[in-house]
Amino acid sequence: MAGKTVAEKIFDSHRIDNPADDVHVLKLDAVFCHEITTPMAITDLIARGKDRVFDPQKIKAVIDHVTPAKDSKTATQGKILREWARRHRIRDFFDIGRNGICHVLFPEQGFVRPGHTIIMGDSHTCTHGAFGAFAAGVGTTDLEVGILKGICAFHYPKTIKIDITGNLPAGVFAKDVILSIIGRLGVNGATNTVIEFSGPVVAGMSMDARMTLCNMAVEAGATCGICYPDQTTVAYLWPFIQNEYPDRSAALEAFKAFWPDADAAYAKAIKHDVSGLEPLVTDGFKPDNVKAVKEMGTTAIDQIYIGSCTNGRIEDLRIAAQVLKGQKISDNVRGIVSPATPKIFRQALDEGIIGIFMDAGFCVTNPTCGACLGMSTGVLAEGEVCAATTNRNFSGRMGKGGMVHLMSPATAAASAIAGRIANSPIYNG
Amino acid sequence: MWDFSGKVLFLDRADINTDEIIAAKYLTEITRAALQPHLFEDIKLDGFQGQDDIAGKSVIITRANFGCGSSREHAPWALEVNGIHLVVAESFARIFRQNMFNCGMLAVELPAATIDHLFQSYAHQQTTVTTNLENRVFTIAAGDQKEDIKFSLTDFARALVETGGWVEYADSHY
Ligand code: SF4
Repeated sequence: MAGKTVAEKIFDSHRIDNPADDVHVLKLDAVFCHEITTPMAITDLIARGKDRVFDPQKIKAVIDHVTPAKDSKTATQGKILREWARRHRIRDFFDIGRNGICHVLFPEQGFVRPGHTIIMGDSHTCTHGAFGAFAAGVGTTDLEVGILKGICAFHYPKTIKIDITGNLPAGVFAKDVILSIIGRLGVNGATNTVIEFSGPVVAGMSMDARMTLCNMAVEAGATCGICYPDQTTVAYLWPFIQNEYPDRSAALEAFKAFWPDADAAYAKAIKHDVSGLEPLVTDGFKPDNVKAVKEMGTTAIDQIYIGSCTNGRIEDLRIAAQVLKGQKISDNVRGIVSPATPKIFRQALDEGIIGIFMDAGFCVTNPTCGACLGMSTGVLAEGEVCAATTNRNFSGRMGKGGMVHLMSPATAAASAIAGRIANSPIYNG
Repeated sequence: MWDFSGKVLFLDRADINTDEIIAAKYLTEITRAALQPHLFEDIKLDGFQGQDDIAGKSVIITRANFGCGSSREHAPWALEVNGIHLVVAESFARIFRQNMFNCGMLAVELPAATIDHLFQSYAHQQTTVTTNLENRVFTIAAGDQKEDIKFSLTDFARALVETGGWVEYADSHY
């Protein structure tokens, strides 16, 4: 019998029922919630007379998409989530002042572990696979069942293994790697599969970079992106797990249970060499429509947005600040930066990064999804163009009639200075 | 459990997508009931009369690939809050079909020839469907015309429908 992939191991260790062909009911280790998709689940559970939660300790909730509330509707969404969290004594509820983007905040709080099963009513839940977890975005009904019973039904996962090899050139980042992979696979290239990101390039990446990589797995259609838990994972999680293991190597040994078997069967195995990779950018309304930055000519931009669950982490802000230091952004553009969590904001303040952004002419917002989904803090007008470190570029994403070009924080910062899409000086290709 | 019976709305087109079922601008609603007036608001279908055609109907008969496009669950909900709990089609988009069963609704697939026959024989008149889930058969009737149509349904799908959907099923089984 063939060995198992990471996802297969997680499925086999969490399965509680198999009620039909290819319906696998898994026990969940965590259910994550935010104020856009959870209120519908809450109101429906109330309507069914099932206003209960399976385990308040395993539910984590945050108001992050539009915060502070911008109108009555978003205020109501926040209110429903807030009152529900109180009612059910969900202690890990993050409201204004403590709130940040779910996929950055929850790992930062130590809520994700290798081998865990996690669901959330959000497409980019796949981010948490960076820790070797199976984390999937789900719809309202699945979210309701998750909240109520701590279980979710899935199809048995097929896995695509992508071995990322070579040497990543200076000025080329995890964002460029994932854009190159999406460009290669296409937006449906990994539909209904799990992607295992393996190989020396991933092993050399920080957790921040791995989260960027896994975050956009869904843009190729994948349910989840997974990285193998190693010393980097252990080091990130150590403050949260130090009482569970005698030392770091014991933790690593335990986490190896969630490495794939050598003879695991993959739907597809790909080698992806990044040695000659250039900084990339999307051009159009699909994330697989990828070009080299230098092919963009003089594409003018109106707004720069640095933030989101893809690239709003401290490492991203540091890289952007490296490009922006001592520079001014073009008079023709508006620069907006949203640190993803209060901790990152504070760190960026302490390191002088916020000062660099402000001196360059950026507006610094509170931690929020904000402009990423075109609901607040940077909505585009008809015909406007935004250079963004986010993950979605479909028509209207940041505002009706607006165009979004996805890129790395280095490219976004350089573009802010140039007033057009441009390569950063960190890249010398 | 619903009875999956009642008057039929015929939608004579393939590939009716979830945007046509419920437009994206209604995704921010926080109750299902709010979707009720907006079902099929943007559907591209000649002669379709909107709420006048929808009112009083409990069953849809349509062509291939119903519910394609974005996987939003608001699409089956928009049907549900309009009292439509059974859709009969040549085929469904996979996720939409799954979402229907998760909501305790019944999605029935029939061969193209049978669907053609139903359209030719019944679409021009007041038609009703009466479903017998136990025997996996529905009776379609108009005027003095009447016939039984058998359909297939897995045991798990039937259990979902009988308990009222995935939330109810999960709450009573686990
Ligand atoms: S930052 Fe953007 S992509 Fe990420 S969770 Fe928020 S809205 Fe979604």
